[in-house]
Amino acid sequence: MAEKSPQELIQIDLTPPPRKWMNPAVDFEARRGTWSYPGGVKSLDYLGMPNVREWSPTDADWKLPENWQQIIHDGFKDLLKKYRTLEIFMDICVRCGACADKCHFFIGSGDPKNMPVLRAELLRSIYRKDFTAAGKILGSLAGARELTEEVLKEWYYYFFQCTECRRCSVYCPYGIDTAEITMMARELMNLVGLNINWIMEPVANCKRTGNHLGIQPHTYKDNVEFMCDELEDVTGIKLDPPINRKGAEILFVIPSADYFADPGTYTFVGYLMLFEHIGLDYTLSSYASDGGNFGLFNTAENMKKLNWKIYHEAKRLGVKWILGGECGHMWRVMHQYMDTMNGPADFLEVPRSPITGTVFENTTSTKMTHICEFTSDLIKHNKLKLDKSRNDQFRVTFHDSCNPARAMGFLEEPRYVIENVCNHFYEMPENTIREHTFCCAGGAGLGNDENMEMRMRGGLPRGNAVRWVRDHHGVNRLTCICAIDRATLPPLVEYWSPGVDVSGIHELVGNALIMEGEKERTTDIRGVPVQPEKGEQDDV
Amino acid sequence: MGALISLVAVAAIVLLASVGASTGDGLRFVFGVILPGVAFAVFLGGIIFRVVHWAKSPVPFRIPTTTGQAKSLPWIHNNELEAPSGLPGVIGRMALEVLAFRSLFRNTRVEILPEKSKVNYIADKALWAAAMAFHWAMFIIVLRHFRFFVEPVPAWVEMLQSVDGFFQIGLPVYYGTTFLMVVGLAYLLARRFFDSKVRYISLPTDYFALYLLLGIALTGIVMRHIEKIDVVQVKAAIVGWASFQPAVPVGVGLWYFVHVTLVSALLIYFPFSKLLHAPGVFLSPTRNLANNNRVRRHINPWNPDIQGHSYAEWEDEFRDKLKASGYALEKE
Repeated sequence: MAEKSPQELIQIDLTPPPRKWMNPAVDFEARRGTWSYPGGVKSLDYLGMPNVREWSPTDADWKLPENWQQIIHDGFKDLLKKYRTLEIFMDICVRCGACADKCHFFIGSGDPKNMPVLRAELLRSIYRKDFTAAGKILGSLAGARELTEEVLKEWYYYFFQCTECRRCSVYCPYGIDTAEITMMARELMNLVGLNINWIMEPVANCKRTGNHLGIQPHTYKDNVEFMCDELEDVTGIKLDPPINRKGAEILFVIPSADYFADPGTYTFVGYLMLFEHIGLDYTLSSYASDGGNFGLFNTAENMKKLNWKIYHEAKRLGVKWILGGECGHMWRVMHQYMDTMNGPADFLEVPRSPITGTVFENTTSTKMTHICEFTSDLIKHNKLKLDKSRNDQFRVTFHDSCNPARAMGFLEEPRYVIENVCNHFYEMPENTIREHTFCCAGGAGLGNDENMEMRMRGGLPRGNAVRWVRDHHGVNRLTCICAIDRATLPPLVEYWSPGVDVSGIHELVGNALIMEGEKERTTDIRGVPVQPEKGEQDDV
Repeated sequence: MGALISLVAVAAIVLLASVGASTGDGLRFVFGVILPGVAFAVFLGGIIFRVVHWAKSPVPFRIPTTTGQAKSLPWIHNNELEAPSGLPGVIGRMALEVLAFRSLFRNTRVEILPEKSKVNYIADKALWAAAMAFHWAMFIIVLRHFRFFVEPVPAWVEMLQSVDGFFQIGLPVYYGTTFLMVVGLAYLLARRFFDSKVRYISLPTDYFALYLLLGIALTGIVMRHIEKIDVVQVKAAIVGWASFQPAVPVGVGLWYFVHVTLVSALLIYFPFSKLLHAPGVFLSPTRNLANNNRVRRHINPWNPDIQGHSYAEWEDEFRDKLKASGYALEKE
């Protein structure tokens, strides 16, 4: 937990200092708690990354390769040739400042270089110097800077202080997307061996074991069995989910955190209960054991490699189509990258719900459907026996995860499910939800403990909105459809809005499902006794 | 500091034009004929070069920023203008963006009240209003200038003038767009001075563009309303220039040369600067692509031919553990 109290941390002055921003100087020692540790040698070697070495941001000498400037320059040139986004976003920003106070890290820290426009200028200033006539001739008058070691250190600090949430791009009159700029900057830093361990170790794990947490197949099976045993205690029903079963109709892909730690595990059993309830012909996979993809936060190449196993496994198992669990960045990859990178999925069939007959017309090419699409279709067709009152002890709000909201337009499906499985649902203020949603501040690889102060700072806007519904509507349950959220929101709400628990949506579905042959439920699926409804005195 | 340097630069352009125009016919020819010709060529050529260059660079991934509900299940109402599922929606979204500055209209201002532990987001449309006022006014003013380029004056230009001068104030009539352009620019400049965040991010070049545009607007106002220059002579000079029969402009006064030189400077500056946002917005991949990723495969022309860690490799590595846990294997 951050050492500062919430009352201390919120003393934020958004007025920038008088000195010009072009002077790069980051005191890593003084700013502990706001940056992440470098990638470990073992992981980097396993992945075959360039310029692997032991180093620390607090060292004066970062042991860069001799010709690092040339490497960055050539890499930049290469990216400009590959991405129209980079060229356009470097060229057309007018610095209107509309994005400035839209970033959760700026709001929570007041550090002006967290204004999206300046984050981009860190890269743009080098672009101008190296690739534009105006920058070469006019230098700093045209906003150009020399690429020095100090500038590179500044990149490391600020491009690992962006969660690629894309909120700024909603407000930009030209749609300049800082996530894209951050991705480019991280590609460049990778070339000279600058990356963070909380991304690189998961990427290495994911390559080897199939999932970011490095869970090996036997442990995978044990975990699933353990969760099913726990569930049996609650419901009296013993589930035996199929793993790596050939010939199943559907391959179900989930983020690995769902079978690793609370509260994701409750979402996991929620999925399994649903499938049992409707008699779905599906399989899990302990090889394609993570739909999440930290390659997205590292390089396009690693993203493609990690994503490759999804279609590979679907083909091997001979399934007809793929269903995906609740995960934010996983769904950005599945929706915007998978088909382009590893398609076409011409060996699969267009997803069709075997229960309702609904053909998912919006997934005819990728052949992959989101669990909330699937479940809301089931509910719409009255295929689920639900008892909403089993969630009456919860006053629920919903956090739109960045990627489903701003990269998919996935807003109504989760709400429809929530409203059909519980009686008390309250929205947070409108500037903090849907396309305006605020990040958990732990996405894009930043959800590590050494970065806790920055996470709490960046978590202020979300935390404050949760606090508002807590105080006005007695909200005690924050739901989300993202595994990173389920890991990073609990400490965030504990800090900014204590008394609120975090869960996935399918945990609430699991609570509400009336299973065939179940025993009387005296607890929710967490094993917490169901409390009779308190008085309505705090109803607003 | 940047604001001052840019002011000096624009003042130098004004001074140069004034000195040139009062030196003799030779320099009048340079400032009144050659410079605008060169500027126009650089402007057109520069923009074409830039746009072609952008258009040639690949769009490897389809990454629209969705700002509303996507098309999914048939009974869920989708928002085609915020998350378009196809070309008509994209055209609508782009039209709103380009014509009405849709995204800027969302603008809010954040306010932190530490003593109340509260963060507020307050709607803030001033930037949107000023940007709309300035851009639309400038666009109409440019169109109105057609009356100097063709004889007879087209009917649509006459109409534009009469609508623009609807209030019939002053003689010659003051145009509404004159007011809107100056006020819009003044606001955009003022926030670079007085809004601490915008001041902090502003580069010298940001002031330069605003000074140029303000200079152009103000010299135009001086010519029309203060000096009341001879419009017939101005038209003769411009029609001659536009029909490639250039002659030294006569009887147009000093301000004409200053105005034309500032316009020339803007045209030359345009393709090398952030003013490229005008053509650039049309090519922005987060706005001009449909959110139909799962329906139509987007092709990356440089998609690298690489594979991940295969199932066979995975099974080989964990074979013993897989066996011990009773998994079915591909190879026993």
